[in-house]
Amino acid sequence: MIQQRNNGASILRNIDWITVLLYLLMVAAGVVSIYAASYDFDQANMFSADEFSGKQVRWIGLSFLLGLVLLLIDSRMYETYAFPIYVVVLILLLITPFVAHDIKGSKSWISFGSMSLQPAEFAKFATALALAKLFSGYHFVLNAKFSNYVRAIMIIVLPIVLILAQNETGSALTFMALFFVLYREGMSGLVLFAALFSVVIFVVAVKFTDTCILGIPSGEFAIMVMIVLILIAMSFIYDKHLTVTRNLILGFAAVAAGMVVLGICGLDSAGMPTLLGSIIVACLYIAVEAIRLRRRKLFIATATGLLSVGFMFSVNVAFNYLQPHQQQRVLVAMGIVEDLRGAGYNVNQSKIAIGSGGFWGKGFLNGTQTKLKYVPEQHTDFIFCTIGEEEGFAGAMAVTLMFLILILRIISLAERQPTTFGRVYAYCVASYLIFHFCINIGMVIGLCPVIGIPLPFFSYGGSSLWGFTILLFILLKIDAGRKSVRR
Amino acid sequence: MRKNYNLEKRKYVIGAFITIIAAIFIVRLFDLQIHDSTYKQSADSNAFLKKTVYPSRGLIYDRDSTLVVYNQPAYDVMLIPRDVQEFDTLDFCQTLNITRDQLLRRLADMRDKRLNPGYSSYTPQRLIAQLSSEDYGRLQEKLYRFPGFFIQKRILRQYAYPTGANILGNIREVNSTDIERDPYYAAGDYTGDLGVEKSYEQYLRGEKGVEILIRDARGRIQGRYENGARDMEAISGRDLYLSIDVKLQQYAESLMSGKRGAVVAIEPATGEILCMVSSPTYDPRLLVGRQRGANYRKLTQDPAVPLFDRALMAAYPPGSTFKPTQGLIFLQEGIINLQTAYPCSHGYINGGLRVGCHAHGSPLPLKPALQTSCNAYFCWGFKYMIDKRSKYGSSANAFEIWKNHLVSMGYGYKLGVDLPSESRGFIPNAKFYDRFYSEGHWSANTIISVSIGQGEILATPLQIANLSATIANRGWFVTPHIVRSIQDTVMPSELLQQRHPTIDAHWYDDVAEGMRMAVTGGTCRRAAIPGIEVCGKTGTAQNPHGKDHSAFMGFAPYQEPKIAVAAYIENGGWGATFGVPIGSLVMEKYLTGTIAPERKGMEQQIMAMNIFYDPPRKKSAKSGQQADSTKNKGKKGQKGSEAKADTVKISYSRAALGTQRLASEVGDIVGKAFNAAGETDKDE
Repeated sequence: MIQQRNNGASILRNIDWITVLLYLLMVAAGVVSIYAASYDFDQANMFSADEFSGKQVRWIGLSFLLGLVLLLIDSRMYETYAFPIYVVVLILLLITPFVAHDIKGSKSWISFGSMSLQPAEFAKFATALALAKLFSGYHFVLNAKFSNYVRAIMIIVLPIVLILAQNETGSALTFMALFFVLYREGMSGLVLFAALFSVVIFVVAVKFTDTCILGIPSGEFAIMVMIVLILIAMSFIYDKHLTVTRNLILGFAAVAAGMVVLGICGLDSAGMPTLLGSIIVACLYIAVEAIRLRRRKLFIATATGLLSVGFMFSVNVAFNYLQPHQQQRVLVAMGIVEDLRGAGYNVNQSKIAIGSGGFWGKGFLNGTQTKLKYVPEQHTDFIFCTIGEEEGFAGAMAVTLMFLILILRIISLAERQPTTFGRVYAYCVASYLIFHFCINIGMVIGLCPVIGIPLPFFSYGGSSLWGFTILLFILLKIDAGRKSVRR
Repeated sequence: MRKNYNLEKRKYVIGAFITIIAAIFIVRLFDLQIHDSTYKQSADSNAFLKKTVYPSRGLIYDRDSTLVVYNQPAYDVMLIPRDVQEFDTLDFCQTLNITRDQLLRRLADMRDKRLNPGYSSYTPQRLIAQLSSEDYGRLQEKLYRFPGFFIQKRILRQYAYPTGANILGNIREVNSTDIERDPYYAAGDYTGDLGVEKSYEQYLRGEKGVEILIRDARGRIQGRYENGARDMEAISGRDLYLSIDVKLQQYAESLMSGKRGAVVAIEPATGEILCMVSSPTYDPRLLVGRQRGANYRKLTQDPAVPLFDRALMAAYPPGSTFKPTQGLIFLQEGIINLQTAYPCSHGYINGGLRVGCHAHGSPLPLKPALQTSCNAYFCWGFKYMIDKRSKYGSSANAFEIWKNHLVSMGYGYKLGVDLPSESRGFIPNAKFYDRFYSEGHWSANTIISVSIGQGEILATPLQIANLSATIANRGWFVTPHIVRSIQDTVMPSELLQQRHPTIDAHWYDDVAEGMRMAVTGGTCRRAAIPGIEVCGKTGTAQNPHGKDHSAFMGFAPYQEPKIAVAAYIENGGWGATFGVPIGSLVMEKYLTGTIAPERKGMEQQIMAMNIFYDPPRKKSAKSGQQADSTKNKGKKGQKGSEAKADTVKISYSRAALGTQRLASEVGDIVGKAFNAAGETDKDE
C-alpha cells in the first residue's frame, strides 16, 4: 500500500461530500424538530441547555468532533483492530445490566456524571467492523463452507443476546438487519424472502381476523392472494418458458371468476375450499411441470406454496389454542392490537398529528397535536410525527427521500469499494439505516408494530446520534482512502 | 481481489427493496395527510383536553360497620396557561381572599420548572389547592370572567370520630419518591400516610380515570372525543372494615389521657385488634385540608411525639409480663414440673448476685410464683436451664433454645401486623452476649435479668398483647391484624392462619391458671370484674428514664376468652397503679358494655390522673424505651405491699462491671445487635 501523505488535504479531496451534506442536513433538521416537539410558549431559545434541543446541539457538537477524529485515524486501524473493538464492546454490553439504572424496565444506560450512554448503540459499528473483518479474511467465501455461516451469524447474534438481556428488544432487533449483508455476500435470497414472508403471514393472519371476504377471514384471504401472486412470479423466474406462467394465470383467473359467481350466489362457505384447493392444485401442477420440463428449480415454487399455506394455518391453530388473555398479550406485545392505554393509543394520536399536517403542514412551532404531549417520546422515537404535523406532506416526504438517497448513496459507496472489508462494512451501515428507517417511520404512520427504536440523526439522544455518526464517519474514512489501496 | 459480478447484481435487489418501502411510505403519507380527511377533521384546529377523573377513595368502617372515615370534596383552582387571557386580577384576588402578591408568587412558582417539573402551558396546572366551600362558591359564580381557569374536584378525608389517628392514618400529596416508586402516581395525587391509609393504599385508592374532551381553537370545550369511547372511568377504591371497635378505642383513649404509653386489645380467636391506643394521640382531623402542613409540623415538634405509634413502634422492657413465657419454656424444656418449687429469701441470691423480691411464702411452685410474681422463681428456673450443660452442652446452646422458643411466641421479630412501621422489639441471641463477654465467658447469672423481662429484652405492647392472646387460646395465636375484611377482596391468608409456638398446648392451661390466681389473690386483684373470671399479670419495668413503667396483660373470661389486653404506661410506677385498672376497665367495657358501679370510682380516678413527664424526652421516646440492667439500687418502697410486688431489685457484685459496660453500649449496638440476631434468624 502507498502511505498517504498530507492526510488532511487528501481527506478533503476524497471524502464523499454528498453523504456529508446529507448528514449535516439531517442533523440540523433533527435539532429543529426536537425544538418544535418540546416547544412551549414561554420557553427559552433553541440552544438553551435546559431544553432538549439545546442538549442535542451539544451532542451534535461532540459528534462533529468525534467525526473529525475518526477521519484523522488511519483507516487501516479500523481493519486491524476490528475484533479487539468488537470484544471490548461485547464486554461493555455484558456488564451494562449490572451497573445500569433501571429506566422504564430497561437496563441499558450507563451514567457518566450527568451524561448517560447506551452501549447498545456503539455495538452497531463494532459488529459491523467485526463482520467486515471476517469477510475480508483471505479467500473467505460465505458459500464455500457451512462454518462460514456459523461464524458470521455468531458475530451478529452475540450482541443481540447481550442486548436482550438489557431488556432492549428494539435495539436488539436492529442487528437482524445485518442479514441483508449476508444476502449481498452470497446467502440465498430465499432465506431472506422466507423470513420476510413468514413475518408478513404471521402479522396479517393474526391482525385481520374480524372481517371476511367470501367467507374467508380477510387476513387469510390476503395471504392466499399473495401466495398466488408469488407462485406466478416464481414460475416466471424459474422457467422462462411462459407456458407454466400462462397456465397458472388462466387457471387462477378462472378460479377468481368462479369465486365471484359463488359470492353472488351467496355460497360463501364454498370460498375457502375453492381458493385453498386451487392453490394446492396449482402447486401440484407446478411439480408435474418441474418433472416434465426437468426444471428442478420449479420445485421451490411448489414448496413455497405448500409451506406458506401450512404456516398460515398453523399460526391460526397455534394462536387459537392460546387463552384469550394470552392472545391479547401477544397481540399487544406485537403492537397489532390497539391497547387503548398504551402503544395503540399513541399510534392513533400520532396518525392524527401527521394527518392534520396536510400538504404544507401547520408551520414551524404551530403544531397543536404534538404539543399536547399525547404522543409520548415525541422528541425521540416519535419525532417524525412532529415533522409530519408541522411541515406537512412536503416535509415528511422530504425526510423520507433524504433517507432513501442516503441509503442508496451508501449502497453505491459500498459497491465502489476495492476491498471486501470496505464493501461489507458499507453494507452494514446501509442495513442499519434501512432497518431504522423502515421500522421507525412505519411505526409512526401505523404500518408496523410499535418497536421503540429512534429515527437516525433526527431523534433526540446522544447515544443514537453518536452511534450513527461513528458508523458513517468510519465509512467515509474508508471510502476516502479507497484510491490508495493497491488493486 | 476478485469480484463476483453475479452477486453485485444484488445491490439492485436491496436498492429496489428500500425504494419500494420509501414509495409505500410516501403513498401512506399521501393517504394520511392529503387524501383521508378524517384525521384532518379530528385535529384541524381542535385539541384534546385530557382531564383526570379522580376516584372516590374507599371508606373505612369499624367492626360494627360504623362509618369512621369518609370522603369530603375539595376544590382546586386549575388553569391552562395557554388559554388564560387577560383578566381582572383584583377581582380574582378579592374573590379568593388573597393578595395580588400571593397570586403572582403562585403563578411564578407554577411556571418554575424546578418546583413544578411537569409544567406545560398546554396542560392543566394547579394554581391553588383545596379551596374552602365559600371560596369555591364565589369563584364558581364568576368563573366565566376568567377564561382558562377551571375548578377540579378532589377528594379529601374526613373523620367521624376524633379517635384512632395512629390506626387510621391520613392522606397526603405524593412526593417525587412516591412517583418514582409507583408510576401510577402523578404530581398532585394523594396517597395514604401512616396507619391503614398507608398499608391498604392499594385497595383504598381505586383507579384514576380519564376524560378526553375536544377543544376548539379558542380552548372552549366542544364535547367528548369519539363520544367518550376512549375515556376511562374512574374505579372507586374498596371499602375497609376494621376490627377496631371505635367506642372501645375512644374509651381506652380517654383512660390513657394524660399518660404516655399504649393499650392493645385483641380478640384471641381471630387475632383481630379491638383497640389500639397510643398515647398521647391527636385528632386525625388536624391532618386534613390546607392546615395539614402546619399541623403536621407541630405534631413532629411535640416533645411527646404523638405521631410515634407506641403500640407498634415503641420497644419497652416487658418486665414481669414476660414471666409466663419463662414458665412455659421451663415446662416445655423439662427444667421444672408443676411441683418444682424454688426458694425465695426476699430475692434470688446466687454466686454473689442478688435479685430482690418481696415477701411471700417460700419455697413456691410455678402457679403461686406467677400469682405473686416471684422474681426468684424465674431466676432459678433460668439458671437451671441456661447452665444445664448436661442437656445443652453450653450456656450458649441453651440460650439459643430459650431464644427460639420466644421467637416462636412472637417476640424479637415483627409480628406482621397489617400496619406500617412495626418494631420488632429485641430478644438477644447467644452471639450478642459472646460479643460482650467473649465466648464461653457468660452464664445464667451474667444475664439473669432477662428472665424477668428486664435487661436487654424489649417488646412492643402489641407483642405483649399477643402473648396474652396466645395464653387465652391455650397455645396458638393468629397474627394480630386491624382489617377484618376488604370490599370484594379475599383477605390475605397469612392474616387468618393459626400460628403455633414451640410450646405444647397443655402447658398453657397451667400458666392461665397462674394468671387467674394473680387476679383472685395475687398481684392484680384490682383487675377483678364482677361476674367475669379475669386472668392477668402485672409488670413493673425498671428503665433508665425515671420512674418504673407500669404494665399489665390479661384476658377474660378465663374459659373461652373474648378479649386479651396489654396496657403499658410509661413511668406509671407499679403495674397495679395504672396498668391493671386501665387493662381491666377496657376488658370490662368490651365484655359488658358498661362499668360496674363499684368500679366507677376507679375509672374516674384513672381518667383524671396525669403523669408529668420531664420536657426533654424526645430522643428516648423515639428510640423506644431501652432496657437498663445497671440499676444497682432497687427502688425504695414498702416491702410486702401488693402494689410493689413486681418491683425488681437487682444488685450485682461480680457481674456488675461487665453489665455496666453492656448497658452503656446497648444504645449504640442495638442496630448491630439486630444484625447479629439476623445472622442466625434471617428475617429482614
